[in-house]
Amino acid sequence: MSKKVQVQTTINGEEVEFLCEPRHSLLEVLRDNIGLTGAKEGCNNGNCGACNVIMDGRLVNSCCVLGVEVDGCDIQTIEGVGSPVQLHPLQQKFLEHAALQCGICTPGFIVSAKALLDKNPNPTEHEVRYWLAGNLCRCTGYDKIIRAVLDTAEEMR
Amino acid sequence: MHAFDYATPQSVADAVVLLNEHGENARVLAGGTDLIVQLRENRRRAEVVVDIKGIAEANKLSYDVSSGLTIGSAVPCYRIYGDAVIAAAYPGLMDATSLVGGTGIQGRASLGGNLCNGSPAGDTIPPMIVLGGVARIAGPDGTREVAVEDFCTAPGRTVLAKGEFLISLHFPTPEEHSGAYYRRFISRNEMDIAVVGVGASVVLCDDHSRFVSARIAVAAVAPTPLFVRDAGDALTGQAVSDESIQKASEIAQAAARPISDMRGTAEYRTHLTGVLTRRVLNGAVQRAKES
Amino acid sequence: MATNGYKVIGTRPIRHDGVDKVTGRAIYGADIQLTGLLYGAILRSPHPHARIKNIDTSRAESHPGVRAVATAEDLPQAADKLQDLGESIVNLRDASNNVLAYGKVLYKGHAVVGVAATSLHVAQEALELIDVEYEILPHVTWVMDAMKDDAPILHEDMKTTSMGEETDKVSNIANHFQHKIGDPDKGFAEADVIVEREFTTQTVHQGYIEPHNATAKWNEEGQLTLWTSTQGAFMVRDQLIEILKIPVSKVKVVPLEIGGGFGGKTSVYGDPVAAVLSKKTGHPVKITMTRDEVFEGTGPTPASYIKVKMGVTNDGRITAATTYMAYEAGAYPGSPVGAGAGCIFSPYDIPNAQIDGYDVCVNKPKTNAYRAPGATNAAFAPETVIDEICEKIGMDPLEFRIKNAAKEGSRRVDGPVHPRIGCIETTEAAKNSDHYNTPLEKSIDGKLRGRGVASGYWFNFNGGKSAISVSVNSDGTINMLEGSTDIGGSRASISMQLAETIGLEATDINPQVVDTDSIGYTDVTGGSRTTFGTGYAAHATGQALIREMKERASKLWDVPADAIDFSDGVFSYKDEEKKRGTFKDLAKQAGDTGGPIVAQVSTNPDGSGGGAFATHICDVEVDPDTGKVDVLRYTAVQDVGTAIHPSYVEGQMQGGVVQGIGWGLNEEYIYNDAGVMTNANFLDYRMPTTLDTPMIETILVEVPNVAHPYGVRGVGEVPIVPPPAALSNAIYHATGQRLRDLPMSPPRVQSALAKNGE
Repeated sequence: MSKKVQVQTTINGEEVEFLCEPRHSLLEVLRDNIGLTGAKEGCNNGNCGACNVIMDGRLVNSCCVLGVEVDGCDIQTIEGVGSPVQLHPLQQKFLEHAALQCGICTPGFIVSAKALLDKNPNPTEHEVRYWLAGNLCRCTGYDKIIRAVLDTAEEMR
Repeated sequence: MHAFDYATPQSVADAVVLLNEHGENARVLAGGTDLIVQLRENRRRAEVVVDIKGIAEANKLSYDVSSGLTIGSAVPCYRIYGDAVIAAAYPGLMDATSLVGGTGIQGRASLGGNLCNGSPAGDTIPPMIVLGGVARIAGPDGTREVAVEDFCTAPGRTVLAKGEFLISLHFPTPEEHSGAYYRRFISRNEMDIAVVGVGASVVLCDDHSRFVSARIAVAAVAPTPLFVRDAGDALTGQAVSDESIQKASEIAQAAARPISDMRGTAEYRTHLTGVLTRRVLNGAVQRAKES
Repeated sequence: MATNGYKVIGTRPIRHDGVDKVTGRAIYGADIQLTGLLYGAILRSPHPHARIKNIDTSRAESHPGVRAVATAEDLPQAADKLQDLGESIVNLRDASNNVLAYGKVLYKGHAVVGVAATSLHVAQEALELIDVEYEILPHVTWVMDAMKDDAPILHEDMKTTSMGEETDKVSNIANHFQHKIGDPDKGFAEADVIVEREFTTQTVHQGYIEPHNATAKWNEEGQLTLWTSTQGAFMVRDQLIEILKIPVSKVKVVPLEIGGGFGGKTSVYGDPVAAVLSKKTGHPVKITMTRDEVFEGTGPTPASYIKVKMGVTNDGRITAATTYMAYEAGAYPGSPVGAGAGCIFSPYDIPNAQIDGYDVCVNKPKTNAYRAPGATNAAFAPETVIDEICEKIGMDPLEFRIKNAAKEGSRRVDGPVHPRIGCIETTEAAKNSDHYNTPLEKSIDGKLRGRGVASGYWFNFNGGKSAISVSVNSDGTINMLEGSTDIGGSRASISMQLAETIGLEATDINPQVVDTDSIGYTDVTGGSRTTFGTGYAAHATGQALIREMKERASKLWDVPADAIDFSDGVFSYKDEEKKRGTFKDLAKQAGDTGGPIVAQVSTNPDGSGGGAFATHICDVEVDPDTGKVDVLRYTAVQDVGTAIHPSYVEGQMQGGVVQGIGWGLNEEYIYNDAGVMTNANFLDYRMPTTLDTPMIETILVEVPNVAHPYGVRGVGEVPIVPPPAALSNAIYHATGQRLRDLPMSPPRVQSALAKNGE
């Protein structure tokens, strides 16, 4: 075990300070240190997107980022999408379109889709599918997820 | 994961000192999308992880027509394809940066990291080779330059010696009437490691009827990414035609010496080399015509 | 707007647990945090077959941060006894030895030692400090090899059971059974065209995104609480009490939200290990699996070899069909070959048929259920043979299926008689679909396009046991406790059935899935039984509430309860104005009429989920130079009984289809000569991504299941059955090559095209 490092960061708009070992991933820190369990571990090697968060405005796999690397960074997790009083349009559309079944991949998809719509408010179906190719879902066959994202884009324009 | 110490040198010199001190026990961290997974799966060991993202030269991204393109070794893919001017000037490079690993990976992974990982299947390496990329390396004896095609020496191994690390990559300004293209074959439509990947860069004459020169490189068919000089040379002065492209692709195919593994048999990979080289050359020619 | 005269059934309300899931608030098994939690990790066998000579954990035990270790010695030897655990029959001794290997390891990845430590990293470090001495034995990883006389034997005391009798032969063949109807020889003699073909399929995993997890905690009175993501809390409890030999009253299983199961979360894996480690350390212990452990240490579905022979007359009537089906059970007996046999010819009414099925052990993880277990392997064979036959006799493949379709009263080869089913209706709907009647356009760039169809059947399990407990709030809304863990939205469909029964809205029901102390025994969520079985209980609960409300109304209105009418959501006495009220009206007056209103129901209906039929249509485009197959268009047609919540029915169909596409085109366990899986990760075990499938069109045919008050038929499983065959047929029509080995990955397609020309 090596010495813990102190890290200061902004998570979902709030300043957060934590201690972690260098070998702890950002995913572990979010889930085990800070209690934000919305990001999930599906594969721990960057192949499923269940751990997606937005870091300094970019979509990343938090299992492939070390906790110690995020000092001074701005992080948005699923818990920061929408607000306690109002769902983000993506969240609302996912519910309306029944774009989730077991729901384990849903936080990753919503964070990922939000990153897409933040950058490209008018994506084609192909662009949506391409962007989300790093998010695996085993329950829905993706159909309703893609529809929900396209519908959200249309509504938000 | 085994425990390691974490260092964030702020200058090239500091990084070299650290790497020289720890030798094989140190690993350079840029995007981390290879290294962190390898450390977790015990495929690489490190006592010290040296994060170079604090070094200005590693983060530099600049292009101008007179001096060409400079990409710091830690610059993530998304910054590269997100730069409209660079994207327009180097579409061949964009092909690769936009398909590496999925959107989340592209938020962190860098060209430098892909090269230093030394995988024979590295998607960004063939386009870097055919674009004439040069690697600038810093070490205890100063800096040196190595052509990208000479950088990888064996699966997972590179020319980097003790205390050395890759600072940046440099690409000459594209010539007039030139075009570059990269495609790989994978079993799904994204997210896979290349079964075979081919990059080509061509320069055509003014009326686009003949090749002035061409460079062709192939991934995943040899212990390192392969620069097939002969295949490109076979196009010099030739008419732009199906026949000349076919001939070049046969040379590339003959140069392939793949292994059979779970991603493909040697026979299949050899066959694909020919198929992809044809398609990629056509793609490069098309871009050259449109440039 | 609801259909068929229902007010709630057929609508699409937002699911009750939806907001928690889209905000990341829902607590899944790995999310639980407890004070003093320790983390467990498991050391697994690197060899596919070996004797355990010695286990030395001393170095691990003295590693800083390590608190306890566990081996098979810590488990009381389980009885060699079978138990019905809802999706499959389990031998408890095998289940226990699978949890921690005893004496031998039977597959690479077989769990050997558990370690609990202060962090997961420390626990994983400790694994490297454990020394296990193995005597390596020869291994076998293909069913046909395992059946040979000279094959390495996994269980030295296992003798083949053949045709119901135990033989003297020690072999890897656990069981051989046979089903026969009529006289196949005579049937083949009557045939004008006979086709016989062989097929192989590879080991495939359910691929749920959430790895297995279990958190165990003992208190000072010897009570064990276990939190886990599971398809059945009571199933987990049943297995734990047998494996740990503790009384049922001492165990509480708390099911947390589950991130996918598909049949693969119907057995315990790390749960007993967590329990043992928790007992030893006096702390709660959480064990989660890594992705490679999920591949190598849980229950994929069998690889198989199937031979089918079918005879037909020139006018397209099937006269005889036979099959030889050999399925890999993995390390312990119990593959779903029997279920496969129940499905293989079941979409058809065949007068003469014989099925020989073999359950065979190999050095791979013990197989578990995967969505219509055994049926996808099975359907791949006859559905492609039929396509070949149709081409030979010049008949449309859907016409052929309609002509030979199973109907109410048709007998399956394995015995059961079909009740009211929607086989013909489904195939007709496919035949009339827009997809089937839209010509396939040619590719513009030299690629080859083709269309294929295939059908499939899954029998759906019996209703099973379900319990529901409700209490009515003073405003008439209802708290509903139930024990069916929710893997796809069943909470909502069960609530909707209760709401429909008593004239409320879906939003008036507050459903909760609760632990084993809080609700009566409930069978697993699986076998497509939940919307049927627990919905049946919901309907019964509604009836109980109606009876109770009538009693309350009787007090209020001073009239006999049996003279009170309930219809259209309103209780009334004759036409009297003042003697009318809705459920909510009466609920408000509960205090005056006897106090809080509650009801509790436990059901185990006679009928089953009804038997589901599906016919799929698939258009593909094949790149002949690379062998890459892209799915251009896909339509899934299915008899869904009554679609309680159509969006979730569609979702089950789409999800099953995409799993089937993965199974057909890319997914497989790739073993090397050392008997080790080389692709135990999501990079090289290639499941479809968003870019690999088109939108999946669904056509819901409703033929109500007579065994359920609302006609509910199980829908979740059959969608995975037709896709590999539909794809193979489409690839044939595109390229002229029939592929009979799964997966039909690009190298295989390209090789078939290259060898045989286009």
